[in-house]
Parts: sequence; structure tokens; C-alpha cells
Amino acid sequence: MTNISFETVIEVTYLVASALFILSLKWMSSPTTARRGIFAGEIGMLLAICGTLLHRGIVDYRTIAIALALGTIIGIPLGRVAMTAVPQRTALSHAFGALCVTLVGTTEYYINTPGAKSFAMAVLCVEVILGGLTITGSLMAAGKLQEILPQRPLTYKGQNLVNFALLGVAVVIAIILVMNPAHKELFPIMVAIAVAFGVLLVIPIGGADMPTVISLLNSYAGLSAAAMGFVVGNKLLIIAGALDGSSGMILSIVMSKAMNRSFTNVLFGAFGQVQPAAAAGQETRTTRSATADEAAAILAAANKVVIVPGYGMAVAQAQHKVRELYDALTKRGVDVKFAIHPVAGRMPGHMNVLLAEADIPYDRLADMEDINGDFPQTDVALVIGANDVTNPAAREDKGSPIYGMPILDVDKARTVMVIKRSMSPGFAGIDNPLYYMDRTLMLFGDAKGFVGNIVRELTGGGH
Amino acid sequence: MGLSLLDGLFIFMLAGFIGFEVIRRVTPLLHTPLMSLTNALDAIAVVGAIILVGERKSSLATILGSIAVVAATSNIVGGFLITDRMLRMFHTSRPAKKS
Repeated sequence: MTNISFETVIEVTYLVASALFILSLKWMSSPTTARRGIFAGEIGMLLAICGTLLHRGIVDYRTIAIALALGTIIGIPLGRVAMTAVPQRTALSHAFGALCVTLVGTTEYYINTPGAKSFAMAVLCVEVILGGLTITGSLMAAGKLQEILPQRPLTYKGQNLVNFALLGVAVVIAIILVMNPAHKELFPIMVAIAVAFGVLLVIPIGGADMPTVISLLNSYAGLSAAAMGFVVGNKLLIIAGALDGSSGMILSIVMSKAMNRSFTNVLFGAFGQVQPAAAAGQETRTTRSATADEAAAILAAANKVVIVPGYGMAVAQAQHKVRELYDALTKRGVDVKFAIHPVAGRMPGHMNVLLAEADIPYDRLADMEDINGDFPQTDVALVIGANDVTNPAAREDKGSPIYGMPILDVDKARTVMVIKRSMSPGFAGIDNPLYYMDRTLMLFGDAKGFVGNIVRELTGGGH
Repeated sequence: MGLSLLDGLFIFMLAGFIGFEVIRRVTPLLHTPLMSLTNALDAIAVVGAIILVGERKSSLATILGSIAVVAATSNIVGGFLITDRMLRMFHTSRPAKKS
């Protein structure tokens, strides 16, 4: 065997791995084929890593083995976190991915500086800047999701100006480096600015905007990996990075459409700081409330019930009680469905995973477009821990900050029940007219406790 | 490894289009596992880090490269594990449920 054929073998493993990665994503299109998709991804990954180990320049296998083993030891607990912790785990893994890319980029710079062509240097700068800001941006997002950091947006005057100025400086340094890569003293400054920019970028973003931010960071992590592919001359990496980048981009688009907001608005708009003004003059409006046994009686008499879960359900860890409610109602012959708004929760698809974890069959989970036409024929819409995504003001009130955002039309159901801790407005601080409708019953209490009480009435009531 | 700028851009462009077309078809039901899967696949960056460590060109390359391998490997292992755990939970109501 000559060296040349080793190179060919490596390239062939990369070729096969690329095909398997694409198939892997293709099979994610349906829950029935998705697990095959993971298998394809795993085989592709294994092939590519084994192929890489044949690389003839490699002399130090021991350090590689230690690092791989250590990574595995850290990875296993990260794969075993609770389902409610998936958003912060995902943010953390964006940070890890970006860390790998940034470190490799930095090392490549110091090893290859003298001979760097200007294109290679430009891509390297893109790699390191995108990677650097993704590391800290994702860590900030993870911190907010884990509630180590405050979820409220932190804003100050001139914030956007400071951020843009910083990014501008990083870009200028990048241009200087492209023209003359030998300015070694500038490189660490550029990395430091990117890292600082990541922190500043996520500070003003509130919890409700996390689905978009996580998707956007996902996209950045992918694009920086693709840039690394250019730098190290690896086609497989370019492909994987492009796939990840486009995936994150699509999810970001879906998320911002679901909030009727643009990327720039999410990133620089600092939502959630809004009007205390709306509260005045509305004190006189009345709400109707009901107890658990009243709610149980109405639910038991219904033919069709749609449950609308939101982040509040996740916070209260109420998904298992909700499943008991689903079972109790289904046993009585009630048709129960779940309406999932795209931005319900803290990351794309968050509610689906929690409900699936609670053992609710996925054919009972419906997307917004599919379920909205059903609400007029729905006897009871039960809202658990969701607020803004059900706010009819988004449809009717041109003055509302969320006007134009697509919502679940729960107000069209014959009866609406809302489980809520108190009348305090939701995250965005926007008043919800849904709560004052004649057909709306407010069920005040903790989501888990209240649903549990309804279930007890339905099952233990003896009728 | 000889990879010209244009070759690279061709690959990037095609992969980007494939990504858009394939991922547009992913059901919103699976958006969370999709993100953890792409995250695991993206950690293929580990191959670049492995070569850096293995070539032992400088102690800087060994140290930074090793950290990079650790970070990427934990994404691979953790990402595939959690995606599999999530997908295992999705089931339909059709198969007769245990009574």
C-alpha cells in the first residue's frame, strides 16, 4: 500500500459519510424513519473518524485517544439530561461546537501564518469571528435558559451602537490581517472582540425570544464549521457545516415568522421591556373563574377538547399530569388534541418533545396551521401556561406590540379555559383580552396541581 | 489536501441548497431532535482537530487541538444519544396501547 492510496481511502470515507449525513437529515422528515436517520449519521461519523485516523501525517495516536475518551466521558451525561433541560443542553452544545472550530482556526493561524493566501486568511477570520461569538453567545443563552442568568433582557442606552462598533473593529482587524497576515499581535484582539461581542449580543435578548436565538446560533455554528472546512481543505466539513448552517437558518426563519418579527428585530429589538401604560383603565374588566370540579364537569361533557400547552407547562413540569388528563378524557370518549404553536417553549419543537416524553401519541399533536380551522368546532380549548400565542390582540388590535403575529385561535372555541397562576401579564407584559371574554373561565393555580385536581375529579368522582 | 477556492465554493453552494430542500421537509414535530442531530453531525469538525493533534507540529497545536477534540467528541456522543432518546419517545396511538 502506498501513501497515495491511503489518501484515496480517506476521501472515499468522506464521500460515503457525506451521503450518509444527507440521508440522515432526509430521514428526519418523518417520525417513522427518523431513527434510521440517526443510525446513518452515526455510521457516517464513525467512517469519517476512522478514515481520518489513516491520515499519514498523524504520529501521535495516544493524545488523540485520550482526547476522544475524555470527550466521550463528557458527552454521555450531556446525552442523558432531562427533557426539560434540552434547550440549555442544545445551547451548550452550540458553544462546544464553536469552541472546537475556533480553537482549530486559531491554531491554523499560528502554524501557517507566513504562507497564508489572502482568501484562506479571510475565511479563517470568518471562522474565528463567527466561532468566537457563538461560543459566548451560546453560553449566555444556556445560562439564561438554566436561569443562572436573569431571563429579562438587559438593555442600556446606545447598546446597539456599542455592539456594532465592536463588530466593526473586529471586521477592520480581519481586513488588516487579510492584507498582511503577519500582524500576529492583532489576531488575539480580534478573537477577544468576537468573544465579547457574543456576550453583548445575547444580553438584551429575553427568554421568549430564545427559540429564534438558539436557531440563529445553530446556524452560526454551522457556518463557522463550513469556514473551517475551507481553511483545512476538508470537503466533508464544508458539507456538514453547510447542512447545519441551512438547518439553523430555516429554523430561525420559521421562528421569526411565527412571531411576525425579523431577525434584526429579535437581535436588536429587546422585546419584553414594554408598556406599563396599558394597565391603566382596564381594572374594571371582569373575569370569570372556576374550580377544578367545575372545569372537570365541563371537560367531561365535551366532545372535542384542544389543549394548548406553553412554556408555563414546562416550568411547572405538568406534562405528565396533562397526559393523565388526556387518558382520563380519552377513556370517556372525548376527542383530545394538542395545538402546538411554533414558538411555544424555549426552542423549536420543545413542546412536542415534552409531550412525547409524557407518552402522548404524536398523531394527537397538531401544528398551528392544521388545528386553527378546528377551533370553531371545539367545545373546550384548555390553555396551559401559554399566553401571547393565544392573544387575540395579535389578530385584531393594530396598536398591540404583537399585532400580526400568527396565533392559535382559541378564542373561537365554545368555551375557553386558561390555567394561570394569577392575572399578571405574560412575559412580554402584554394584556390578553382572551381572559375577559364571556366564554373564558380562568382556572387560577399551579398548572401541575390544577390539572392533577381535574384528573382526580374525572377519575375518582365515581360517575 | 488540494482544494481550490472555487471547488470549495461549489461544494458549499450545492450542500447549502440540498440542506435547504431536505430540511424544509422536516416536520415541525421533530424540530428539537433535528437541532440536536445537526449539532452532532456538525461536530465532524473533530476530524480537523484530530489531524492537528496527531501531527504534533507544536505544543500549542497539541493543547488547543486536544481541547477541540474533547469538545467536538462530547457533541458527537451527547448529540446522538439525546436525539435517539427523544425519537424513541415519539409513538402513535395506533398500535393497541397496554391496558
